[in-house]
Amino acid sequence: MRKVFAAGLVILFGVVLLLGLSKTMDIAGYEDGLISGKPAEAYINKNVTEESGEIIYGETKDAETGSANMVTSVIANYRSFDTLGEVTVLFLAAVGVSMLIGGSGKEKKRKKSGFILRTAAGIIFPVMLITGIYIFTHGHLTPGGGFPGGSMIASSFLLLYMADEKFSLKLSGFKFAEGIAGSLYVLAGAAGLFIGGYFLMNFLPTGTVGTLFSAGIIPIIYVIIGLKVGSEITGIISDMLKEEVSV
Amino acid sequence: MEFINILEWGVSILLVFFALAAVISKKLLTAIVFLSVLSMAAVAAFALLRAPDVAVTEAVIGSGLVTFIFVASIRGLRKAGEGL
Amino acid sequence: MIRLASLLLILIGLYGIFSTRNVIKILVGVNIMELGVNIFIISVGFVSGGIAPILTSGSFSSALEFVDPLAQALVLTSIVIGLGITALGLVFARKIHSKYGTYDLNAAGGSKDD
Repeated sequence: MRKVFAAGLVILFGVVLLLGLSKTMDIAGYEDGLISGKPAEAYINKNVTEESGEIIYGETKDAETGSANMVTSVIANYRSFDTLGEVTVLFLAAVGVSMLIGGSGKEKKRKKSGFILRTAAGIIFPVMLITGIYIFTHGHLTPGGGFPGGSMIASSFLLLYMADEKFSLKLSGFKFAEGIAGSLYVLAGAAGLFIGGYFLMNFLPTGTVGTLFSAGIIPIIYVIIGLKVGSEITGIISDMLKEEVSV
Repeated sequence: MEFINILEWGVSILLVFFALAAVISKKLLTAIVFLSVLSMAAVAAFALLRAPDVAVTEAVIGSGLVTFIFVASIRGLRKAGEGL
Repeated sequence: MIRLASLLLILIGLYGIFSTRNVIKILVGVNIMELGVNIFIISVGFVSGGIAPILTSGSFSSALEFVDPLAQALVLTSIVIGLGITALGLVFARKIHSKYGTYDLNAAGGSKDD
């Protein structure tokens, strides 16, 4: 009976949604429109506050953000305040998990793992750790950035948890690192306020587009975000594996 | 038809099929496994829509970490099929 | 075609939330809805014949035709926040289980004089 009601309600809502949307956009295809006229055109041509010509990879010096990856320049420079808000929301979720479960719970007993997992984890764990660090330091040149890099570091610690039944981390060092990284982000913004005039300004010189030491403050912000997200998610994983103290 | 059109049709049909299988199944563990496979099909859809940053992020978060925290919450049940 | 599949994914997730009493299956339905919304936002920013928004040695000038990078920045934020929400919801589900002994929401009610 419940499923019949649910299906009826969903079909009614679906008909209204699809009919309404098919009047404003083309549902089964894509629009042929170009980018010009949309707000994203200023982000691609890098002329939000000052005029600039064509940006060429490997030749243009002192462009506005100087990073070759356009999504990175939107997240960490033009819309950096929204990223600060997202880092705060993730911090709230980690604090909520740790308050509800953590504390003095013991860890659940894990079974001894097989031979393949134990051998392979010793080989794969350093490769995963170095790949994660590579992804967030090269966030302005290749796809990726701080968020998948930090998550890959947390997944490598999860692999160690699965492979060894006596492994357990001391969490106080991770939570300390997470707090320090969060405060460093706000301090970098305040330094921009003192040097330039507005919060989170890009105050380091931006070099040639496409080299490693370019794009001003963007690689520094991504290293901070990568360390923060990595230690946060490791804390969440370690809290989820704990035994429940009876309420 | 061109090759890209066949790929788009294939990915769309896989997305809808795995979502229906995750919602209809009776056991909890089956639903969680289908959710993990659905996120891999979503990574293929993101790659077809020319979005490499989003595809890498969804691959790392959607199929490794979310599946783990779901399985770690139902571990204590005697039968994993305590669903309704 | 992918845009239509993402709208169907939103509707399937909504059906999954309504049609069950188990807390864990409700969270699976919420995750399916989030995936559908993310795919829809990126398909709105797609330009036919565009290339990925990153400057490399192959596509080296900013005068070529790129796909919209603003939509991808917003979806990146949304995926990470979805992970935080799922983790918090599962911790609440574990608290319900440890107090009432079941994951069924109808059987886990309070007493009448609460």
